[in-house]
Amino acid sequence: MRSSRYFGTDGVTCDEVADALPGIVDGDDVADLDVQRHVAACLRCQAELVQYRRLLRTLHQLRTEVLEPAPGLVPEVLAAIEAAGERRAMHHLLSGRRVAYVSGIAAATAAGAAGAILASRARHRRVRLAS
Amino acid sequence: MVIPSEEARLVAAAKAGDSDAFAELVRATEADIYTLAYRLTGNAEDARDVAQEAYLRAFRSLKKFRGDARFSTWMYRITANCASTQLTRRSKGRHEELSDDDTIVDERPESDPETMAEAGAMRDRVTEALGDLPPILRAVVVLRDVYDLPHEAIASELGISESAAKVRLHRARRKLRERLFPTGEEKARAV
Repeated sequence: MRSSRYFGTDGVTCDEVADALPGIVDGDDVADLDVQRHVAACLRCQAELVQYRRLLRTLHQLRTEVLEPAPGLVPEVLAAIEAAGERRAMHHLLSGRRVAYVSGIAAATAAGAAGAILASRARHRRVRLAS
Repeated sequence: MVIPSEEARLVAAAKAGDSDAFAELVRATEADIYTLAYRLTGNAEDARDVAQEAYLRAFRSLKKFRGDARFSTWMYRITANCASTQLTRRSKGRHEELSDDDTIVDERPESDPETMAEAGAMRDRVTEALGDLPPILRAVVVLRDVYDLPHEAIASELGISESAAKVRLHRARRKLRERLFPTGEEKARAV
């Protein structure tokens, strides 16, 4: 652990400042007055703040560094998109066929039922005429 | 990299169904997106898979892209999301990867800050230290401090709260600082 020495009369320890520095280095968090006073008077915490600034500056510089992927990424991406498009089209086609199949069964069932009802009515009529 | 007006034209054409325009956008951004994927996953194979998945998702949801941010920024968010999914998949059954308390130990003899004055050397060391961070810490620091994404976007793409994203960011920065500029006590702890 780092030491928890006090510096000046701010009542804040180096440990407390160390916890706050990663947040206040870029203004993410606002340093309260005690922390500000402590840093102003403490060379050790000032050095740490400078290190954080240097770290952030370097991280920012990494943004300009670009790694070249091994050749073939673009064709792979486009092939994957095309394959996904074909899969989707196939899925639509199959689900369309499924709908047609189910509709056919429903229509056949309905026709069968209607036929049975008509046949039954005709039988009733013949029985009535005979009597 | 394409200029913003050209990018907007390509996005509009791609949205209208022009696949050549989308291919052009992929060509213009592939190195950038691959680099981000590599920084997030830490290896070339995963980076390639993540980049491919990110473009596929982008193509599928292109109609939702409103154009109020750059296409590349939109792609960063999608890439972050894909990398997060990939890392979760990879770390299933490997609990140590999800821990964010791993101590980063620099075993190289030249860890004295005075010997790495040059910016290039510093960048190399930061890159190496980033690679050694646990993935969940690496993701937030890369997205925030390298790619400048807002906390809200980072939290949203990683599926965590904004405050959790901030806590992870600060922890990551602290680990990086300790690795790059160790105090006497931190050096002793690392041994």
